[in-house]
Amino acid sequence: MVNGINLLLQFLDSFAFIVLAAIGLAIIFGMMDVINLAHGEFIMIGAYGTTMTYNAGAPLPVAIAAGVAVTTVAGLVLERTIIHRLYDRPLDSMVATWALGLALTQAARILFGNSLNSIGIPLGAISYGQFSYSLYRVLLAGVAIAVLVAAYLVFTRTEFGVRARATIQDPETAAAMGVETGRMYTITFAIGSALAGLAGALYAPTMSVVPGMGSSFLVEAFVAVVTGGTSVLLGTTLAGGVLGSVDALLSNLYGTFVGQIGLLIVAVAILRFLPTGLSGVVETVRERRERDAA
Amino acid sequence: MSATSGVFRVVDRIRARLEGPNTIGNSRGFWLGFALVLAGAFAYPTFVSAYQAGNTALFLLYGLLALSLSVVWGYAGILSFGQVVFFGFAGYTFGIVSINLGSTLGVTLAIPVAVLIATVVAFLLGYFMFYGDVSGVFVAIITLVVTLVLQTFMAQTAGDAWTVGSVALGGFNGMPGIPNLAVGTEATSVTFRGGVFYWLVLSALVVSYLGLRVLVNGRFGYAMVGIREDEDRVEMLGYDIRRVKLAVFTLGGTMAGFSGVLYAAWGNYIDPSVYSLTFATMPVVWVTVGGRTSMLGAVLATVSIEWFRQQLSITGSEYAMVIVGLLLLGVVLLVPEGFVPFVHRKVTEFRSDPTEGIPDAPESPGEGAAE
Repeated sequence: MVNGINLLLQFLDSFAFIVLAAIGLAIIFGMMDVINLAHGEFIMIGAYGTTMTYNAGAPLPVAIAAGVAVTTVAGLVLERTIIHRLYDRPLDSMVATWALGLALTQAARILFGNSLNSIGIPLGAISYGQFSYSLYRVLLAGVAIAVLVAAYLVFTRTEFGVRARATIQDPETAAAMGVETGRMYTITFAIGSALAGLAGALYAPTMSVVPGMGSSFLVEAFVAVVTGGTSVLLGTTLAGGVLGSVDALLSNLYGTFVGQIGLLIVAVAILRFLPTGLSGVVETVRERRERDAA
Repeated sequence: MSATSGVFRVVDRIRARLEGPNTIGNSRGFWLGFALVLAGAFAYPTFVSAYQAGNTALFLLYGLLALSLSVVWGYAGILSFGQVVFFGFAGYTFGIVSINLGSTLGVTLAIPVAVLIATVVAFLLGYFMFYGDVSGVFVAIITLVVTLVLQTFMAQTAGDAWTVGSVALGGFNGMPGIPNLAVGTEATSVTFRGGVFYWLVLSALVVSYLGLRVLVNGRFGYAMVGIREDEDRVEMLGYDIRRVKLAVFTLGGTMAGFSGVLYAAWGNYIDPSVYSLTFATMPVVWVTVGGRTSMLGAVLATVSIEWFRQQLSITGSEYAMVIVGLLLLGVVLLVPEGFVPFVHRKVTEFRSDPTEGIPDAPESPGEGAAE
């Protein structure tokens, strides 16, 4: 029983981490086929913004908002100056964002030193039996679900969402129908950056805030995007669920490293046997059911 | 008289194999310059200290790593962030085997074993990717994730549990005491250090360069370049593109592996930093800056960039990676084909009649390499 709760909490933790680490990357990739290899550095910017605002005396929620805001602005600036030149060159955009990431990591080290004073995990812990678990980490799972729901609503229920999805499906027709596709890309990139910043801001209290911290999000984020498939939100949710279970189980039994190895193996297996990704499988099943019903 | 014409005929035949549309430098002038530079490079250790020669050998062995990415990415269009994986695997294997066996013969044996391990790892990774129809950005992501996971793995191998035979993997502390490269038995052997090690690395680099030139200008090379330009079309022509990709990727693994052996023997040491993001980036930087479609460019860029990085770190500057990052960014945005193909194109345009140059322009090698 108690072990079951342990496992459930571990699952929620892995799920939240995977979803929050991946969602920004996934939205940018799903929308414009750009893999933002500076994703980890965007997360780092979010964490730095949050930690520095907090250390300046602001309460944590304000600091988190500040971290997200800083990352959004950084994302907008970089999109306008660099990334929008590379939309039709997927591998080059990878190399360019990678270069950006390198420069940003080292720049952070030069500007702010090797680490910042950390915030410390807020909200205390919940205890059950002889165990206790950080309440903040449980809360993060709630935030991850809230982010997914919010993104779903934005992409399905708003004018922007309709235009954005039209741009994904067929940029030329969308442009012919009066959608400013360039602007759609800029806004999407800003949303992706904001979500990366959010991941950094939320996890800043739980880890040491150092220039290279972004790389600790990369394995989970990339594996989730690779396995998720073409449908961004569904894919990220499923990847969070499947990979979260694998990670929680293996990490619980054998430690973090085996968890990561497990993620990698599951990712390669999914790519090998389900080339359309997790969301592709669900969509095939749904289409088949609709066809059978008709 | 007939002897000299015979020599010329042999030279022409060799040149015919080395030259073709897939390489830059197909003229007599190029080979003359190549021979001169090569002679200078071979004479170099006699003018400088053994330390300096050893130091330059490091740049040259990195050049071999750069060549491995040049052929995989520049010619076959497969962006791999994982060349350091094979490099590291071979380096660690060389250390484990050579220290365990502990004799000159053991060191000799460790070389092929290490290269073989790297080759097998590349083959397995490539098999799962290419036969799983993984392509484009996904290959780049998977190779990157493998690098990241290996770094995590090697970093946590500090404990006693992680020993192979008498050798501890050592975690962050790395694996010291790796012997110099040597070939032979106890009775007769050659140990490579200082200037001799430099000559070995330089020879390996030159042989690889010339060998790859033959490869990319042959039928297999045409298939590779075809896949880079248009996979579907090459498949329609009856090529098994998965097999070609796997073959190139495995070859890249072998070369990166040999480079890794040289690296471990060079410093008598290896640690998990070979799997770090920074080091994983460097082959991509070298090849992008030098020019993906130019193997010579990759090597030249490697030597220049690594020399520059070393100068900066000697003077205690922290700006090396900022500058390298900005350089990479600048090249991708402004000179996407890389420096050597760019200079080559400009020189060719300048030399030839401008009205003749224009129709040729779309065929310049950099254009198609953008993907």
